[in-house]
Amino acid sequence: MSILVDEHTRVVVQGITGNEGMFHARQMVDYGTRVIAGVTPGKGGQQIDGIPIFNTVALAVQETGANASAIFVPPAFAADAILEAADTGVPTIVCLTEGIPTLDMVTVKKVLKEKRLKLIGPNTPGVISPGKCKVGVMAAYIHKPGPIGIMSRSGTLTYEVVDQLTQKGVGQSTCVGIGGDQIIGLNFVDLLEMFEKDPGTEAMVMIGEIGGTAEEEAAEFIRRNVRKPVVAFIAGLTAPPGRRVGHAGAIIAGGRGTAREKMEALGKAGVKVVRNPALIGEEVIPLLGKV
Amino acid sequence: MKIHEYQAKEILRSYGVQIPRGRVAEATEEAFLIAREIGAKKIVVKAQIHAGGRGKGGGVKVVSTPEEAEKAAGEILGMRLVTHQTGPEGRIVRKVLIEEGVEIKEELYLGVVVDRSKACPVMMASREGGVEIEKMAEETPEKIVKEWIDPLTGFKPFHANKMGYGLGLEPAQVGKMRVFFAGLYRAFWEKDCLLAEINPLVLTKSGDFVALDAKMNFDDNGLYRHKEIAALRDLNEEAPLEIEASKHNLNYVKLDGNVGCMVNGAGLAMATMDIIKVVGAEPANFLDVGGGATADMVRHGFKILISDPGVKAIFINIFGGFLRCDTLATGVTEAVRDTKVNVPVVVRLEGTNVAEGKRILKESGFHFTVAAGMKEGAEKVAEALRSSKQ
Repeated sequence: MSILVDEHTRVVVQGITGNEGMFHARQMVDYGTRVIAGVTPGKGGQQIDGIPIFNTVALAVQETGANASAIFVPPAFAADAILEAADTGVPTIVCLTEGIPTLDMVTVKKVLKEKRLKLIGPNTPGVISPGKCKVGVMAAYIHKPGPIGIMSRSGTLTYEVVDQLTQKGVGQSTCVGIGGDQIIGLNFVDLLEMFEKDPGTEAMVMIGEIGGTAEEEAAEFIRRNVRKPVVAFIAGLTAPPGRRVGHAGAIIAGGRGTAREKMEALGKAGVKVVRNPALIGEEVIPLLGKV
Repeated sequence: MKIHEYQAKEILRSYGVQIPRGRVAEATEEAFLIAREIGAKKIVVKAQIHAGGRGKGGGVKVVSTPEEAEKAAGEILGMRLVTHQTGPEGRIVRKVLIEEGVEIKEELYLGVVVDRSKACPVMMASREGGVEIEKMAEETPEKIVKEWIDPLTGFKPFHANKMGYGLGLEPAQVGKMRVFFAGLYRAFWEKDCLLAEINPLVLTKSGDFVALDAKMNFDDNGLYRHKEIAALRDLNEEAPLEIEASKHNLNYVKLDGNVGCMVNGAGLAMATMDIIKVVGAEPANFLDVGGGATADMVRHGFKILISDPGVKAIFINIFGGFLRCDTLATGVTEAVRDTKVNVPVVVRLEGTNVAEGKRILKESGFHFTVAAGMKEGAEKVAEALRSSKQ
C-alpha cells in the first residue's frame, strides 16, 4: 500500500508543452505513471507522445477523468494554475514550481481549504509511491518499494535518505516532498495521519528544517496520535538567525524556528531524532516491525 | 529584500500614514538645508542602515538648530555603526534622515506579518511600542492584540474597530488610527511584503498619531511585479561575496567557519553544514548551486568559495538529479585551472552521470579527494584540516 498516489492515479500535466513539463511528463510515463492529459492554453487538440492536450484543466478532466494534476508552470502563473485545478475539483494537486509569491499562496491555500482538496508543494520534487506511480521530478531509479514512509521539506536531502535506505535493501511506501516555501499545502501533520493509517507503512522518516513551527505541530500530533515509529532529522543546526538559507521557508525569525527547539519537541514526543544526516537510514531500519 | 527607514516611510505616506516632516541627506550641507526647511525646535538626525538598534549604537541624535543638525550629520555620516543586528564589523553610514522631532506621550507598536501555521496575514498591535515584538511576545504576550485577516476579504473597518478598542483606545483615537491600520495592511498586501512594521507608532502630546519609525521586508519572489520596489535595493548593505553570488543566480550566505561548502539543494546544503559541525569543523558558508546550474555557475561558485580567506578546505557534496555530475565536474575543473587553489578539495558525487563526472575530475590533473558518501566526505574534510595544521 501507499498514500496519495498509486496505480489508479490518472495525471493531467499543466504546462506540458514547456521544457520542464515535457521532459518530466515523459519521465513519469517511463516510470509507469498514467499521464493521460496535458494542458497548455492555445494548444488544445495537439498531442505529445499520444497524450492529448487541452486548453483548460476543466476540459481535460471532463474528457479523460484525470484525478490528479502535476503543475509545471512558471512562478508568475502558478498560483492561477493551482486555482484552475482546484476549480475542477481534482482531489490531488502537485505543484512543482519554485518561486511563487507568498501572498499568492495565502489566497490559494484559503480556497483549497474550503474545497477540501489536497495540494502537495509548491517548491517540491513531488510524490512517489515506488513501483506504482511518480508525480514529480525525483530521480526514480534510487527508489524501491517497501515499508518506510518519507516526508520532507527538502528535495536532495530526501534523495540522500532514500539512497541510504535502498543501498541497505530497504524500500519506501511513499515519499512526499511537502515543499520548501512558507505557505504549503499538505503539512507533516496531514502526512503523519495518512502514513499512520496506511497498512503498507511500518515506520516513517520526517525531514524538517529551520523556520516555522511545522515540526513542533508534528511533535504534538505524534505524541497524541502516532503509534508507528518515527525518525526525524532537522536540517540547519548551524544556520545563522535572520538569514534565509535557500528555501523561502528556511529562516530563523525572531529567535524562533531553530533546529534545537524542533529537535527537543520531537524528542519529547518519542521521536528518534538523528543528528548526523548520513545515518538517517541506518537509524530507521532497526525500528521496522516495532509497532 | 530589506529597505531603509526613509524609503519605508515614503511608501507608507503614499497609503495615507502620517510621518514626521523630513528628508534624507547624503552630505552635511544638505542636512543643514533640510533642517532649516523643517524649521522646528527639535530636529532628529537618524543614520540609515538596514539594521535595528541604531540609537544605542550612537546613530541617532536630537538637536535644536540647523547648524547642530549639520554637525550631527557630519558625525554620523561615514561612521561605522555597530548594533546588535550588524555583527561586530558594523555598517558604514552613507545616508541620514533629517526629521522634525515630536513630543511623545505614548509609544505603540503596529505590524503585519504572515502567520505560517494559519497561512494568512496577522496584524499585531500593542500599547508598549519601541521594544522588539519578539521580546514582547516572549515576555508579555497578553499585551499584544492580534487580528488575522482573511485574504479573500482583505482588511475591513471592523478589523480596525477590533484592533483599536482591543488596545483600549478612546473612540476619537480609534478614528484617527483607522488610516494607520488600513494603510499599513494595504501597503503590506499590495507591495508583497513579508513584514511591515511601524515601531514606535507615537501618540503625540497634541493627541495625534505619527509613524516615528518604519520597517518593510519584501518577498523576493514578488519583486518581479514591483519594479519600483526592486529599484530600492541598496548593494552597500550586502556582503560583497553575496552580491557576486546573486549575479550568478547562486544562493550563498557567508558564515565564519573554515570549510567552504558547495552543494545542490537547500536542504542537503544545510545538512552538509551540520555534518561538518558533527566532525568537529565549522562551515564557512551556505552555498546552494541549485538544480539548473550550468558549468559556468559552478565555476563562479567555486571562485567565490576560495576568495573567502577563512576557507581552509572545501567540501563539494552533490546528489545529482536535475544537476548532472559531469556539469558540476566541468565547472569545478575550469575554476581550478583559472585560479590558484592551495587548500584541499574533497568531492562527493552521486546521481545522474556520476561516472562521467568522476572521470573529468580524475583527468583534470588537480588532486581532488574523492569520497564515497556524505559521512566519508565530511570525515575526509576533517582529516585534511588536521593534517594541514601540522
